[in-house]
Amino acid sequence: MDFNADHFALFDLPREFRIDPERLDKRYREMQSMVHPDRYANASEKEKRLSMQWATRINEAYQVLKAPLSRAAYLLRLSGEPLDIGNNTAMPPEFLAEQMEWREAVAEARLARELTGLEQLYHRVKQRMKRSYEQLAGLLDDQADYALAGDRIKRLMFLDRLLSEIDSAMAALET
Amino acid sequence: MTYSSKVMDHYENPRNVGSFAKDEEGVATGMVGAPACGDVMKLQIKVNKEGIIEDARFKTYGCGSAIASSSLVTEWVKGKTLNQALEIKNTQIADELALPPVKIHCSILAEDAIKAAVADYRKKSGEPL
Repeated sequence: MDFNADHFALFDLPREFRIDPERLDKRYREMQSMVHPDRYANASEKEKRLSMQWATRINEAYQVLKAPLSRAAYLLRLSGEPLDIGNNTAMPPEFLAEQMEWREAVAEARLARELTGLEQLYHRVKQRMKRSYEQLAGLLDDQADYALAGDRIKRLMFLDRLLSEIDSAMAALET
Repeated sequence: MTYSSKVMDHYENPRNVGSFAKDEEGVATGMVGAPACGDVMKLQIKVNKEGIIEDARFKTYGCGSAIASSSLVTEWVKGKTLNQALEIKNTQIADELALPPVKIHCSILAEDAIKAAVADYRKKSGEPL
C-alpha cells in the first residue's frame, strides 16, 4: 500500500465516477482489518502509530469516495481543475430563482403543515438529482468535460441542501 | 456555533424582509448563491429618479450569518447612490457582525448580492455597466 496514492488507487478501483459500491465497501473492510489496532497490540510504538495513520487515511478516502458529490468533486481535483466554490457566488439567475421558489415552497408547506406537499416535493427533487447524477457520470467518465461537470456538481450541491431542508421539514411535522 | 449579539439581533428581527413587485418602477433584483453551503440570497433595490436607492428588500435561505448579512446590507444601501452601494465591502459586513472566519462567505454573498442588484438595475435602465 502506498500512503501517497490517490483514493481510487488506494482502494484498487478505477478512477471513475461510476463506482461499484459493494467493491468499495469490501475493500474498505479488508483494509481496515489489516490496520486494525488489535493486530498491533504487541507491536512497537512506531508500528502502532503507523497503523493509526493508515486507519485514518483509509477512513478519509472511504468517506470521500462513498458520497457521490464528494467523489465527483475529488475527480475534478485529480483532473487538475478543482471546483471553485469558496468565493464563487455566480450561478445562472434562472437556476437561483428556481432554488428560491423551491425553498419558499418548503417554508410555506412547513408552516401550513402540508406533509403530502413536502413528500411530493421530496420526490421531485430526488428524481431531478438522479437524472443529474446520471448526466454527471457521463460528463466525468465518458466525455471528460470537467468544466460542465463542475457546473453540474455545484447545482447538485444546492439540490442536496434543498433535499435536507425538505427532510427536516418533514421530520418536524411528523413529531 | 455561537452567534454574535448583532447577528442574533438581525436574525431575530430581520429588517426589510420580503419582495417588491418585479416590474415595479426602479426595482432591480440581485440573486446569488453559495454552493458550499447551499445558501440562496435575493436582494432587491428600489432606485428613485435621482439615482438614489430609497428602499431595499431581501429574502435569504441560509444560516443565521447569511440572514444577518443580507438584513444588514438592506439597511446600509438605503440612501446611497449605486456607486456608493458598490463600495460596501464584505469585510465591513463581517466586521460589523463580528463573523467568525468560517462565516466570511456569508458576507461575500451579501456583497455580491448588491453588485448583482446594481448590475441588474443598470442593465434594465440601459446605463453602462
